[in-house]
Amino acid sequence: MFAKIKNAPAKEKYSIFIVLFVMIFLCSFLNKNFLSPANLSNIMKQLAVSTILAYGEMLLIISGMLDLSSGAVLALSGVLSIIAYKSTGSLVLAVIVAIVVAVTCNLVNAFMITHLNAPPFIATLVMMQVARGVALLITNGQNILQLKNYVIFGQGNIGPVPISIIITAVITVVIWYILRHTRLGRSLYAIGGNEEASVAAGITVKKNKYTVFIINGILVGIAGVLFMSRVNAGLPNGAIGYEMEGLTAAIVGGTSFSGGVGTTMGTLAGAFIIGCLNNIMNLIGVDSYVQQIVKACIIALAVIWDIRSKTKKTRKVILVEEKKEA
Amino acid sequence: MQKQDNTLANENYELGGIEMKQDIKLRVSQIEKSFPGVKALNKIDFEVRKGTVHALCGENGAGKSTLMKIINGIYKPDAGQIFIDEKPVKIQSPIHARQHGIAMIAQELNYVPEMSIEENLFLGRLPVKKMGKVDWKLLRKKTLEFLEAEQLPYKPTQKLKTLTVSDIQMLEIIKAISNNAEIIVMDEPTSSITHREVEMLFKKIAELKQQGVSIVYISHKLDEVFQIADDITVFRDGAVVESHPAKEMTMDQVISLMVGRKMENVYPKEPVAVGETLLEVNGLHSTGIFKEIDFHVRKGEIVGFAGLVGAGRTEVMRAVFGLDPITSGEIRINHKKVVIKGVADSIRHKMVMLSEDRRRYGIIPIRSVMENASISSLEKVIYGGYTHDKEERRIVGEYFKKMNVKTPSLDTPIQSLSGGNQQKVLLAKWMLRDPQILILDEPTRGIDVGAKFEIYKLMVDMAKQGRAVIMVSSELPELIGMCDRIYVMNQGKITGELKQDEFSQEAIMKYATNTK
Repeated sequence: MFAKIKNAPAKEKYSIFIVLFVMIFLCSFLNKNFLSPANLSNIMKQLAVSTILAYGEMLLIISGMLDLSSGAVLALSGVLSIIAYKSTGSLVLAVIVAIVVAVTCNLVNAFMITHLNAPPFIATLVMMQVARGVALLITNGQNILQLKNYVIFGQGNIGPVPISIIITAVITVVIWYILRHTRLGRSLYAIGGNEEASVAAGITVKKNKYTVFIINGILVGIAGVLFMSRVNAGLPNGAIGYEMEGLTAAIVGGTSFSGGVGTTMGTLAGAFIIGCLNNIMNLIGVDSYVQQIVKACIIALAVIWDIRSKTKKTRKVILVEEKKEA
Repeated sequence: MQKQDNTLANENYELGGIEMKQDIKLRVSQIEKSFPGVKALNKIDFEVRKGTVHALCGENGAGKSTLMKIINGIYKPDAGQIFIDEKPVKIQSPIHARQHGIAMIAQELNYVPEMSIEENLFLGRLPVKKMGKVDWKLLRKKTLEFLEAEQLPYKPTQKLKTLTVSDIQMLEIIKAISNNAEIIVMDEPTSSITHREVEMLFKKIAELKQQGVSIVYISHKLDEVFQIADDITVFRDGAVVESHPAKEMTMDQVISLMVGRKMENVYPKEPVAVGETLLEVNGLHSTGIFKEIDFHVRKGEIVGFAGLVGAGRTEVMRAVFGLDPITSGEIRINHKKVVIKGVADSIRHKMVMLSEDRRRYGIIPIRSVMENASISSLEKVIYGGYTHDKEERRIVGEYFKKMNVKTPSLDTPIQSLSGGNQQKVLLAKWMLRDPQILILDEPTRGIDVGAKFEIYKLMVDMAKQGRAVIMVSSELPELIGMCDRIYVMNQGKITGELKQDEFSQEAIMKYATNTK
């Protein structure tokens, strides 16, 4: 009686992955080094931070919110983590500090949104300014150098595999699990799809919003450690605009800005599309100003394609429905 | 069914002075329209006489809306022709339709809540002076003329969001008239207005008829159709089944034509032995919204809540269900006092509520029908660390079968289902919780006859199983036909309680308007 969804043509379901594979295919022609293990590993290392941020943004967009503060909070938690490391020498403590700081900032975000009814855009815009300000204040605007062992997170390897890639992979699995196999995940889709209906269906919307911001905080904290250790410095002015990188990856990956739609694998693909684009343009020596424009155009194309294939699908379903009703 | 015909039908809105004019204002001939794989309209012939009301009846998906969209220029027909005043026309777009004197008043009213009355009335055609500057003076003058003519007590600068639904609807009609519309299509115009406002609307329609305006009236409410229609056309499965003057048809006849089978009984009410009190509400109070609310519902009972829109019925139910806070009062379930701070508490006490506003408080449009159904019972499908997909499909599928939900698949987004099927999915969502107390707020609003019947049937089944059902409704025939007891509210207070032998539309209206 109820056919499974699999009747949706693959083209529509996996459109974003097709874009990614076509891109990789084209890139491998444009530059023969593109597919070399060294280059691929390089792409992924560079991608780690923005992918992790993209997951946070994805969870928030799915539940009808967003975070403009993640770049700034990343910087704040990163520099505080480095300060903690430099004064104690403990890597564990450094990571804990980064996560605690980022989670605290995100709890404030959640408080402003759920209890003061601030729109997420405004609340996280405020947090963005405050976090950046505090980061600069603490460091007096100076970069912190000589990180010693701290760089292991962003530059070290376990066997042949870079630690940052392992961390990103683990996070990918965890986020996928949350969205696919927990009540929290299901609730987030519902909240973003229709918040008032979710309340009326008995979902504890406020609690879920706090939870998603806490998760975002953990992700931003980890991203802070990875970012600072990769660049080998505590940059209070670092990661400016990274929230936009995260947002872009999520959106390119098919996360709907109107909420209720988005997948982990889609976002990962979105991050890869942007990463490959950056990489190939560097490899073939495109002027960096031109790079930005090209990137924007390709992102626009990917999104338009995705939206078009989705609307077609919905229209077809409606027609089938009309037929059955008739 | 018989009970309800009296009051409304007796008041005669037809104006005796009007002669039956035979000129055909609008005629469609052999219209066909297919969508990929579906024949939506099959050789439709249909005509509307000048200065008459022509009602279109049919279940959802019968093709009424498709035909209206063709007449309004939203769809293009595959074959066939449209004639206005017996001249063939090709209608390319809604603007084009407007130029031909066709206006459409949609079921979901289109307006900009944050804009003023005058801006809304002349949206897209604001009068301008030289250099494109808006002529506010002229705009205000014209708006005032219209408002005065209709005796609407509003200022032209008032924002639309401060108006009642029926007045907004009246404005839509004014808008149509100000456009010199000669054909007005009204799609379910009474689905969200009160009894009294319906009378005002009908008076307006009678006036329009006198001015020679033709009206195409689409409605599921057959008593209204028979009250105002001159002609009735019944649609089924994309074709015209029959078309006759209203005088030559009966309500039962129309219903059986619509569904294609004979409907023995519109309300499948059965007598049920009433048990002990299940839900009891004492002195419920919410400052400025409602006060001194006392009511109870027993096992096996269907209790109705009547009242005009704005009487506070929905507000009381929302408070009982834990969606809105209360100032004071107590709620008892199974004789035990309960504290309900949120919906989760209600669900724990096996009390569920279907909201009146399906789009706002019911569906999660973009998510699948399955997720919409299981969202309140997640612990049944997600446990032990993962989602049990097969089990979810099985459980939801089972309830869909029971509720007779028609959907292409379990993964179809709920937004692409018809209103009746959406409502059944939402009911299935609550059935999954095995509720003892079922609060249904306007459960049949805007859905077709077949789905309505199924919802009534479910209510009766629930009662038979010893559960308690509360039905808030603005349709008196439905309350009278389904309930064991009816509470009537007026201005935030319960003004009357009627037992089954006291039911009548007059009695309910007396309490609802509080004119003893």
